[in-house]
Amino acid sequence: MSAVLDHHDHAHDESHAHPHGWRRWVFATNHKDIGTLYLLFSFAMLMFGGVLALGIRAELFQPGLQLVNPELFNQLTTMHGLIMVFGAIMPAFVGFANWMIPLQIGAADMAFARMNNFSFWLMIPAALMLTSSFLLPGGAMAGGWTMYAPLSLQMGPAMDAGIFAMHILGASSIMGSINIIVTVLNMRAPGMTLMKMPMFCWTWLITAYLLIAVMPVLAGAITMTLTDRHFGTSFFNPGGGGDPVMFQHIFWFFGHPEVYIMILPAFGIISQIIPAFSRKRLFGYASMVYATGSIAILSFVVWAHHMFTTGMPVTGQLFFMYSTMLIAVPTGVKIFNWIATMWKGSMTFETPMLFAVGFIFVFTIGGLTGVILAVAPIDVQLQDTYYVVAHFHYVLVAGSLYAMFAGYYYWSPKWTGVMYSERRGQIHFWWSLISFNVTFFPMHFLGLAGMPRRYADYPMQFADFNAIASVGAFFFGFAQVYFFFFIVLPAMRGKGVAAKQNPWLDEGGKGAEGLEWEVPSPAPFHTYETPPKLDATATRVIA
Amino acid sequence: MAAWLGTAAHAVNDLPGGPAVNQLNLHPAVTQIAQEQHWLHWFMMIICVLIFVAVFGVMFYSILKHRKSVGHKAANFHESTAVEIAWTVVPFIIVIGMALPATKVLVAQKDTTGADLTIKATGMQWKWGYDYIKGEGEGIGFVSTLDNAQRQMSNNGGPKAGETAPDDYLLKVDKPLVVPVDKKIRIITTANDVIHAFAVPAFGIKQDAIPGFVRDTWFRAEKIGDYHGQCQELCGKEHAYMPIHVKVVSAEDYSAWVAGKSKEAAALADDPAKVWTLVDLKVRGEKVYAANCVACHQANGKGAGPIKALDGSAIVLDKDHNKQIQIMLNGAGGGAMPAWKSLSDTDLAAVVSYTKNNWSNQTGQIVQPAEFVTARK
Repeated sequence: MSAVLDHHDHAHDESHAHPHGWRRWVFATNHKDIGTLYLLFSFAMLMFGGVLALGIRAELFQPGLQLVNPELFNQLTTMHGLIMVFGAIMPAFVGFANWMIPLQIGAADMAFARMNNFSFWLMIPAALMLTSSFLLPGGAMAGGWTMYAPLSLQMGPAMDAGIFAMHILGASSIMGSINIIVTVLNMRAPGMTLMKMPMFCWTWLITAYLLIAVMPVLAGAITMTLTDRHFGTSFFNPGGGGDPVMFQHIFWFFGHPEVYIMILPAFGIISQIIPAFSRKRLFGYASMVYATGSIAILSFVVWAHHMFTTGMPVTGQLFFMYSTMLIAVPTGVKIFNWIATMWKGSMTFETPMLFAVGFIFVFTIGGLTGVILAVAPIDVQLQDTYYVVAHFHYVLVAGSLYAMFAGYYYWSPKWTGVMYSERRGQIHFWWSLISFNVTFFPMHFLGLAGMPRRYADYPMQFADFNAIASVGAFFFGFAQVYFFFFIVLPAMRGKGVAAKQNPWLDEGGKGAEGLEWEVPSPAPFHTYETPPKLDATATRVIA
Repeated sequence: MAAWLGTAAHAVNDLPGGPAVNQLNLHPAVTQIAQEQHWLHWFMMIICVLIFVAVFGVMFYSILKHRKSVGHKAANFHESTAVEIAWTVVPFIIVIGMALPATKVLVAQKDTTGADLTIKATGMQWKWGYDYIKGEGEGIGFVSTLDNAQRQMSNNGGPKAGETAPDDYLLKVDKPLVVPVDKKIRIITTANDVIHAFAVPAFGIKQDAIPGFVRDTWFRAEKIGDYHGQCQELCGKEHAYMPIHVKVVSAEDYSAWVAGKSKEAAALADDPAKVWTLVDLKVRGEKVYAANCVACHQANGKGAGPIKALDGSAIVLDKDHNKQIQIMLNGAGGGAMPAWKSLSDTDLAAVVSYTKNNWSNQTGQIVQPAEFVTARK
């Protein structure tokens, strides 16, 4: 049965084969354990960032300041952004990469197992620094997650702690990306050419290159901020001859590829789930690879669409408007390919498929509002308003987060060995989808009406939509608590129907394909210790 | 439940020139540029909605018809170069079609030449300074701050249940920017400290105000009225509290206003060499305090949370006036206490003298305007 678990030559002693106790986790070098660590860590950060969001929405429920002073409000908005981006979304995708990439390419583990451990454990001190910065004198950072200068030069010691934390997180990401690139390029089982590799591996390969390219740029921007703050430089301080707008250029040169870093792995997950539940191969595999590559390359030349109102010359505005509108084309191609995969398929709608279809629907709304924002004359009205907040939450929450939920439901039988409760999964899906839209759809109207972002209080006319958004936000938050306590925790404890090796195959043998489904559920601690022999499609192991 | 939906509970009305209750679209346009932005937005929205309906029509049809539970068997196709080319080229053409009208409007928005009146808007933490630089009214300069009562209302938890909330809540200023109708107004933006942004949605303008840099934008308002905007770049804790109010008046009314302002400026010009009595300084200082300090330091001078108390403060009580003078001129706490050097020497001397002789502080110290003149050097 298991051609992949070889018992003959590797007579490991107990402690190496399968460590136990705290050492198993602190010294983890196993990609599955490290994947689990990343996922649990990122969920904890999601909860922390979520509590900050509920603080924001509680304050904004009614006009007037009821709960927090404006300084603390700015800290809430800033830290919510930083923690969600750097603590929740990015590490979660790394968790998925760790769990699934070796399994999907038929490798025993990641290329650099010990560096993998270091990448994870670096996140803990960084996260502690960020979360505990609320307790520093002056409170947490309050200049927005974008940390524009010269406001950043006015911040207290939390800014320095945050800069240090982001350096550490950046180093962790860069090391993780190196690991992923080397693993994918070198450790695929024989017969798995790049163009036969699962889409999730492709999207992560491209994301890893983006990360290596731009994390150092962020490091540059925040180091220059640090030296402006403490070491007498004037990179961004106009009082010394510096240029605040240069910070924005450097930051967004990182920042724009960063948002694609946060969505490309999501695209990869969706590209695996839609074919499985449509019982039909992904339409246009090669196109999907090229489209992902095009998005990645184009992502480097659109950054100043975040800066349309900074006063750049009209030629600059035109260039960035055109390039930003252009990036909609490969993104649209991907959406069409997914729908073409569904078309004339034989679909069932278990929870992974619900989230995947939900993703396509809601992410596209976010994408279309992005195209509208790309039109610079319109952006002049909408820049720094709630329309932007609506746009990015649609693509990041209904985009990245939904894809992660889809991936969780799809792969958790492999990870835990038990099936999640389908009914509870559906509850989670509908509860999340409805409350998400109640929260963020009204924000489009608020933005069109001119309500600015990062405002602790607002004119009365905005009150009703704010109240609705706040109610939606609380419901959305509780949906995720429900998810953890009623779906994740029971599965981690082994409660549920035992999962088949491939739970996503119907009686006709159609459904999910890939090397991760060629190993038992739960996946044994060591898998593919010798490279498997693959069939022509590189999706089945042949003895 | 009724108290829950803010606008219903407080009988809020639309603010002409400002937001409407539960407004769904952009502000009604008062300039050609804003009109073009409306048009562009509808154009984009309609195209996006059509694309959305087409794409999701197909998807939902597929979800209904191509599902296993109705017995549909999966087809085998999985690629088509022709289709890929088609759905790359067609969106590309649509995108070009969207970009063309947008280009026209963008170029028009950037053309600030030939202005009838040029006004500099300086963003400060946390108010706007307006200086009329060129054209009728040049030389007029003043600072425009959020109405104090409204700032206090925010601190007090907003309008209370049953209270009629002002329709211009958080949008009312003490001194609006006054401009004539049907004239091309060029607004130059800059800032004193951090990046702010000057925006008036009804005019379709938004321009960052960047310290050390000078940017510009322009508008030609075609209707008389009051138009409101807010600061649109995070600038610190009072970011929500530095609104913009532009009063567009007829040419005659504008000329009358200019004449009035010039007389006012002449009358108000304080002689910084004048020696004041403590009583007079305290009266003046109390007004300055109420207009500028009370929101943070409170009427009882006790501050709150991170905001320092003035009542009983060692710095305020200190015989060395310079300690407090330096803070007034340069700020403190990395901008948490902003610099107030934009106030006149007389105003500054008055408010410092007031704090040194009010509440439980009874130092008997007098700070004359001349001390600020010296300190600035």
